[in-house]
Amino acid sequence: MDRFFHSVTLDKDLCVGCTNCIKRCPTQAIRVRGGKAQIISERCIDCGECVRVCPHHAKKARHDSLDMLENYEYNIALPAPTLYGQFNRLDDIDFVLNGLKALGFDDIFEVSRAAEIVSDATRQLLADGKLKMPVISSACPAVVRLIRVRFPDLCDHVLPLASPMEVAAGLAREAAIKKTGLSSDKIGIFFISPCAAKVTDVRVPIGIEKSNVDGVLSISDIYPRLVGYMNKLEQVEPIANTGIIGVGWSSIGGEAAGLLNENHLAADGIGNVIKVLEELEDEKLQELDFIELNACAGGCVGGIFTAENGYVARARIQRLRKYLPVSCNRLEDAGGLNRLQWTRPLEFAPVMTLADKVEDAMRLMGKIDEIAEGLPKLDCGSCGAPTCRALAEDIVWGVARDTDCIFLMRRQIQDIANQLSQLEGSVTSEHAAEPHLPK
Amino acid sequence: MTMKFHFEVPGDDFTRAGEASGELKLKLKRLGFSADVVRRMTIAMYEGEINMAIHAGGGVADVEILPDRITAVLTDNGPGIPDIEQAMKEGWSTAPDNIRSLGFGAGMGLPNIKKYTDMLDIKSVVGKGTTLTMTVLAK
Repeated sequence: MDRFFHSVTLDKDLCVGCTNCIKRCPTQAIRVRGGKAQIISERCIDCGECVRVCPHHAKKARHDSLDMLENYEYNIALPAPTLYGQFNRLDDIDFVLNGLKALGFDDIFEVSRAAEIVSDATRQLLADGKLKMPVISSACPAVVRLIRVRFPDLCDHVLPLASPMEVAAGLAREAAIKKTGLSSDKIGIFFISPCAAKVTDVRVPIGIEKSNVDGVLSISDIYPRLVGYMNKLEQVEPIANTGIIGVGWSSIGGEAAGLLNENHLAADGIGNVIKVLEELEDEKLQELDFIELNACAGGCVGGIFTAENGYVARARIQRLRKYLPVSCNRLEDAGGLNRLQWTRPLEFAPVMTLADKVEDAMRLMGKIDEIAEGLPKLDCGSCGAPTCRALAEDIVWGVARDTDCIFLMRRQIQDIANQLSQLEGSVTSEHAAEPHLPK
Repeated sequence: MTMKFHFEVPGDDFTRAGEASGELKLKLKRLGFSADVVRRMTIAMYEGEINMAIHAGGGVADVEILPDRITAVLTDNGPGIPDIEQAMKEGWSTAPDNIRSLGFGAGMGLPNIKKYTDMLDIKSVVGKGTTLTMTVLAK
């Protein structure tokens, strides 16, 4: 599978080459070249910030479509708990789950059920005391990818457990094979996602060999049709089997609350996440047991594939929770820890390192420093790089020129103009000695 | 081959202490030093910065980077350390209460610098100031 596949992509026709996205990208992975944005693939962590901020809707996130259901004989929907927060005046999760069935799914497996299993597994691992403390949640795929490219020292702090989506997919597939007798390839498993990074996470997973999910559908994409079916439901069969802990995973702090251990920190929004990771790296948060980090503000409810404002969704889910038991699913239901554990370690990908050898990197940084010294330090972005320093680096790599900086360009034009006027002065004085031509 | 960086550590606003170590961390990472070297140097530098901000009204940090070692010289014109041996003991601190209430002044500054660096030299004259020279070896 393409190692550098990303959900986040660009519609060149819509891009006007403005600087909104380059300034917001937390890994400086975007440049504007030739009037269009370009994504530096190995740096992108699929956080979706650029999609959120683009005023021209040129930044998009790819997802699968409901047409894919035709490729399989038996289809299972895995709704993220965020889905439950998208509907006004909903007081029973089963309306949503029955709506999904009416939409064309043969069965449902709530991701919140698997979330409770992951919570249980995390509680056991923390109690065993074998993890490197503090433990960082691995639930947010953008955060895990951020750690992989920027925080080498923290890779082994990341909770080595499959995500609730993956656990749900595995359990759903197994149950469907047993129930229908169909072979695995005839069963389609679809995650109903608030999150673009999950599309990447399914195509190029971290920690596991291959994802059990066949397609990732965007909540906002299926929302209008789902609401239509929900409004026409004549009877509602009981499907939901989740408690407060599972549904709580949709908002920031929910996963940490599921540990039933108050010694944790929860931070949301990619900027805040980076600040916490910096502090963790400097060993300033050693007293904590668990760190929950969500790239989106508010947690998954703030994902770019949602239909409703994240804070509104959060309030609605809070209301739904009051009718639920604390938890309905345990680790034993999934067949034990082995089923959840990562089979591959999270390895640092040094995409921000200048060169393999320190000597070479020092030489390059020396050149970058020298060029950066001559730039105006305004970080205006007009050159297409997010900061003056980033431009200096691009110049050293040979992918940009100093005249890309409009201030340097203006200075150069000024210099040329001065030289011209001096030259003109000398030319005029030479001519002054000559007799005037007759008119 | 050497690279040199100069940082000013403010004394009047110690919420800004940590900027120099943060910037140094970024540079060391980009230069490809190992995670262990980056962590040790950053923490030692941070502790030194905090010390200058709390006790000495700020100071300057001069960092020299070589492929096989990183050395930081932290110089201040503060009150100096009367008894260096005592200051090196874990838990010993002369930080005032308002600083302690912010979570600093646990008496781990110098001991931590000693722990994380490979070489540490402290020169201090009471009434004149302190110079800390700390080195982390990279190979």
